[in-house]
Parts: sequence; structure tokens; C-alpha cells
Amino acid sequence: MIRMNFVRNHVLVCAGTGCVAAKSKEIMDEFQLQLEKQGLTDEVKVILTGCFGLCALGPIVVVYPEGAFYSELKVEDIATIVEEHILKGRVVKGLLYHETVQEGSDTISGLNETSFYKKQVRVSLRNCGVIDPENIDEYIAYDGYEALAKCLTEMTPEAVIDEILKSGLRGRGGGGFPTGLKWQFAAREKSDIKYICCNADEGDPGAFMDRSVLEGDPHNIIESMAIAGYAIGASQGYIYVRAEYPIAVERMNIAIAQAKEYGFLGQNIFGTGFNFDLEVRLGAGAFVCGEETALMMSIEGNRGEPNPRPPFPAVKGLFGKPTVLNNVETFTNITWILLHGAEAFAAMGTEKSKGTKVFALGGNITNTGLVEVPMGITLREIVDEIGGGVPNGKAFKAAQTGGPSGGCIPCELLDIPIDYDSLISIGSMMGSGGLIVMDEDSCMVDIAKFFLDFTVEESCGKCTPCRIGTKRMLDILEKISEGHGTMEDICALEELSAHIKENSLCGLGQTAPNPVASTLAHFRDEYEAHVLEKRCPAGVCKNLLQYFIIPEKCVGCTLCKRVCPTDAIVGEVKQVHEIIQEKCIKCDACREACKKFNAIVKR
Amino acid sequence: MPNTKTTVPFAGTKEQEAQLLEIIAAHKGQAGASMPVLQAAQSLYGYLPEEVQVMIAEELDIPLSEIYGIVSFYSQFTLNPKGKINIAVCMGTACYVRGAGDILDDIAKHTCCQSGSITDDRTVSLEATRCIGACGLAPVLTINDDVYGKLDRGEIEPVIDTYLEKEKGNRA
Repeated sequence: MIRMNFVRNHVLVCAGTGCVAAKSKEIMDEFQLQLEKQGLTDEVKVILTGCFGLCALGPIVVVYPEGAFYSELKVEDIATIVEEHILKGRVVKGLLYHETVQEGSDTISGLNETSFYKKQVRVSLRNCGVIDPENIDEYIAYDGYEALAKCLTEMTPEAVIDEILKSGLRGRGGGGFPTGLKWQFAAREKSDIKYICCNADEGDPGAFMDRSVLEGDPHNIIESMAIAGYAIGASQGYIYVRAEYPIAVERMNIAIAQAKEYGFLGQNIFGTGFNFDLEVRLGAGAFVCGEETALMMSIEGNRGEPNPRPPFPAVKGLFGKPTVLNNVETFTNITWILLHGAEAFAAMGTEKSKGTKVFALGGNITNTGLVEVPMGITLREIVDEIGGGVPNGKAFKAAQTGGPSGGCIPCELLDIPIDYDSLISIGSMMGSGGLIVMDEDSCMVDIAKFFLDFTVEESCGKCTPCRIGTKRMLDILEKISEGHGTMEDICALEELSAHIKENSLCGLGQTAPNPVASTLAHFRDEYEAHVLEKRCPAGVCKNLLQYFIIPEKCVGCTLCKRVCPTDAIVGEVKQVHEIIQEKCIKCDACREACKKFNAIVKR
Repeated sequence: MPNTKTTVPFAGTKEQEAQLLEIIAAHKGQAGASMPVLQAAQSLYGYLPEEVQVMIAEELDIPLSEIYGIVSFYSQFTLNPKGKINIAVCMGTACYVRGAGDILDDIAKHTCCQSGSITDDRTVSLEATRCIGACGLAPVLTINDDVYGKLDRGEIEPVIDTYLEKEKGNRA
């Protein structure tokens, strides 16, 4: 007789990187301890799970069956939750995410009713925050490995590719190439050995959706890669993960070992004679390795420098063999499409961009986190409704998509529906889905400089337009931000942008000018203020700032005078002080020291 | 980030050498073995000095120039040892727009250690790192393996001081 324990409560503790850094492991241990104290360990199951998405409110714990969403927990809070909620059945309202609390009522609203989750559709992230990523049985319980079984036993490789083609799925890594087409090209090649690669080298600063899937739903990637292997006739796969994601690497390795043990990887899978094996390879910190040919060079053990295409990887890829390379988010859609059908997938999104897209919302926004929305939603809906707008009463200035390859989108364009093509039409791109919101305190020249600085450092140096062109652009931007720019410099920036875009070898170089070109197009007045008026409207560019003491606010406490490293402040006790501009090195020490009176301003 | 050859004398032990040879043996013959071997060697020694690169080149039968080419290409490989207290400030976009640049400057001032360098006594090293993917906690930094997020200016200095105190205690 099998005796199953009756579990009356499930406690899901988020174990994504954000929450782990916010001490979710300690919270898990405290739960176990408190449950033991109350003798409840048999009745309550505590599970570490993947990312819930609302990273700004971590650490997050959800208690079922009520679905109580506790946010920003501290270790001290756990005893209260165990005693009040789990033992006595009274949800601790004071610790809940405030949007789920209904005034004057004891019922709590479901997560899907909160503004952060209401407009989201979870396809790619469907298992994140739902299952225990280190337990294959939970993945199987959520239809895991069913799509692989269906493909191997009921479908021909051609039928699998057809289904993906019909779904209209496009690569989620940046370029948006149709996935089914990529598979078809590789399938047509005659070769004894072929490879499947998963691009998990998420280098775009500010994007972390791939990390969340690797950490929260690793089996989904294994299953999808095996399906891709079956479709094109490959028996070996590689997952290239960046070394900055230790938790993701660990969970992926655990998942691969479990899949091998269950016979979902290895020889003769499901008794069909299909063999497929997987290996994790680590990156070592090179942004260019997100480019497909560079990534394969890196797996081969070389410097990660890109190669000219054609030949495309589908013809001649890893170790010279036909290779399909998709990114993490693309793979997560594969299993869903095969389980629910291409039509269901194609029903979501816009005419040319089907399905959903995950965005990593960050920067100056209230609800930082991961959101998955249908293609065609407007940026305004994401920023204002899901993201909760810009905090601290500041005004919205720009949204940046696509990281160092993308551009800044101004307020006027927030209402365009987001898909691959519309973003390109306004000088940005989808990229991997980083979406950074900037408020009025961000200087667009400075942001352009920030991204150029990134690409200059990450340019591999193989082709001249990228290696030298981006460096020249950075020099000019530095000149402008230091107040030495001329109008000719702005023309030179535009000219260089066009050249680099046209002539670079790989995607990194071709898109490197985008941050400059888009800010020039939408925020030209800011560049002109730097050049013509030698002024930084946002007050960021240090060389263009001057510090002033507001006489009405100064009480003459001498604090600023004492912290000034260059004796640039003069004035007697209890008398209004003054800054000698020639001596000031703009170190900001005086302004920091005057927080109490706020008598010092920079402008 | 400057990654020029270090002048710190090599202090590898016999045990480390034996471990390195084991690592190399385990990867020998594997396609694209150089990267995994270098990664393991770096976690063994903390950095990749010339002596270690020579051993790897000889054992894997790859020219030293090629090994050096790989080491100098990837930013995670370092030719210099890290300090006992390694402070890495995330410079991803989300952190940057939330003021990570100011925090990096403050720390450099506080520890007398410029970004990308190490103090003479090898206690503190400071680096500006690529996005660590914890954008929900922006601005964020790590001190050794500990993560500190949602920082305001002035908050991190006392934390660094506790690390310095502890380190002083260890030496005394």
C-alpha cells in the first residue's frame, strides 16, 4: 500500500538570483525550523522555486492553497507566518504584497488581479515560480517531457519542423529570424554529425530572463533541445552559459543528470532509437560570444571572434558541422507549441511577430522584474500599468530596449505596439528583452557614452569599422560631455554611425551605433545644449556642472567648508558661504554634506 | 579594465600543481578543452599567471601564444591576483541609471583602491563588473561571495569597514 502524506499547505520560496541575494535561503531554513518547532513538518511542504518575476519585492514567499503572496520578507517575519497563517489559518495581512490586500475584507485578491500580473501571459515563464526546478518529477507533473514523447513516437522530423514553421516563432535572442526556417536549413544538410546549441550567454546588461528560465525551469530547455535534435538529426547539444550565473549552471547540471537517469537524455530515448546528449559549457565574460559564430568559436576553445556569414551555422557551424543555435527564450516556446498546437501560438501577438515576449524591466521604475506580455502590447502599458511608473515623483524620460544594440525610445513613441519590426522602425531593436526605464535625471549623452564605452571594451577587434569606429565615436562623445564639442562633432557622429552599421562584420558592430543614433534622433536638443550652451540639462556630466550655495538656505554651519578638499568654499560661521568656481573640482562632497539643509545645488 | 601582466611573484604549491595536472588529464582529448581547463585553473589559483599558462600549454599541446590569446580575450580570466576582499560593483544599465557610478567612485575613495586595481598589501581589490543579472536589486555589488543590493550612497562604507576589521583580526 502506498501511503501518501496529506500536505495541507505548500510554501513556495523564490530562489531566483535576486531573491537569493536578498536572503531567501535563510528564509527557507527559518521556515523549516519554525515548522519543526510547531510539529508541522509532515503537513506543510516547503519548496524552493524559480523566479516569480516581481524581483523588486524580494524575497518572495507564496503560501498555498490560499495563494497568499508575501513580499519583502525578513527572517524575523517567518515565525509570525507559521504561527498565524499556517497554524491558525489567519493570513498575515501586514506582510502581504499590498496590491493583494482588499481594504475592509478578509479575502485576498489573486495575483492575476494585481496590476503587475494582470496583463501578463505566461508561456515562456509558465513553470517559473510554479515548480521546484531541482525536481524532475514536478516538471513531469506539469506535462514535462510529453512534447518530446509526442515528437518521437507520433511525428516525423519534418512534421515537427512544419509545426514550428506554422507557429510563426521567431528567434528571441535579438535578430528575430524564423526558428522553423533555421531548423529546416539544418535538416536539409547531409552530415553524419550535427549539433544543437543553446545560447545562454545573456550579455545584454539589464536583461535576466534567460537566467530566470535556466534557474526556474531547466528541464524545459533540455526537452526543447532534444526535440530540436530530433528535428534536424543531431545527437549532441551544448548549452553555453555565462559564468556570471553560478546558480543557473548548478541547476542546469542537476537537471541534465536527472534527465539522464530517467532516460530522457542518452541512448535510445523512449525506445525509439533516438540518441541525444547534452553538455554545459561556460562562457568567460565576452559580450561578443552572444553572436552565434563567436559563440561556437568559444565552445571550440578559441578566442570568441565572429566569422563572416555565409556559410551560415546551419550549413557549417560548430566543429564545421551543421548546427542550429537558438537562445533560451526561443527554446522555452518549443515545448508549448508542440503541446498546445501552432494555431494557439499564432493566435497571440501581431501579424509578423507571434506569441509572447519576456522583458526584464529595470532602472527607474517601481516594479522591477520580469514580465511576459503578448507581442503588440504598447510600451506605455508595460511601463505605466505593469511597471507601476517612475518612482519618487520623477518624470519619465526614455525607455531603452535591446541593450548596447538598441536605442532609447522617447515619451512620444510610447504608444507604438511592440514587435520586432516596429522597434527597428524607431531605431531600436527587440534584442534579448532588456527594458530599462530612465527618468529626468538621466542624461542622454551620458547614456550613449555608457553604451559606447561598453561596446568599445567588448569589441573583439577583428574588423576595423567596429574596433576603430566605435572608439572614435566614444572619443567624440567624451569631448561633448566635457564641454569641448562642436556642431561638426555631431555630424561626424552621424557619419560614423552610418559607416559602422554598414561595414561591420557581425551584429555587435552593426548595431553598436544604435544608442548614439537613436538618442541623436530623439534627444538632439540635449546634444545641442552640451555643444552650444555647454550645459547638461539633466545635471549629470560633471565637467559642465557648477555648484552653487542658495543664500536663503545656508545657515553658515561650515560643514561644507570643512569637507571641501580644495578649500573652494569661503565664509564665516553663521554667515552665508560661497563657492569659488575656479577652485571647485566638482567632487560633490559639499552637496552630500549639506543634505540636512539642501543649500547646495548643482546645475 | 586593465589586464596587464602582474609583477607579483608566483606562489603556487606542489599540491596545486598536482591538482592542475589532474584537471588537465580529465579534459585531455575533449573537443575545445582549453576553456574548461583555464576556468578550473583560475578557480584553483585565483588567477592565471604565466607559470600556470605554460603548464596548460605544454600539457594540452597548444601553443602558449594561443593560450595567452584566450586568457587575454575573456574578461573573466585575470592575469592578476584578487585581493582578500574583492569588491565588484555591477555596471549593468539598470544599476548605472540608479547611480552605480557614484557608488564605485565613493568606494575607490574610501578604500584608496582605484577601479580595476588591487591595494599594495593585496587586501582590497575593486572592479567594475558586467551585469550580474540582479537588476531587481539595483544598484548592486558583491564583496567576495556576499551580495549587497538596493544601495544608497554612504551605506556600503560601514559594511566594507567590517570586512577590513575582520581581515585585520585574521592577520593579527
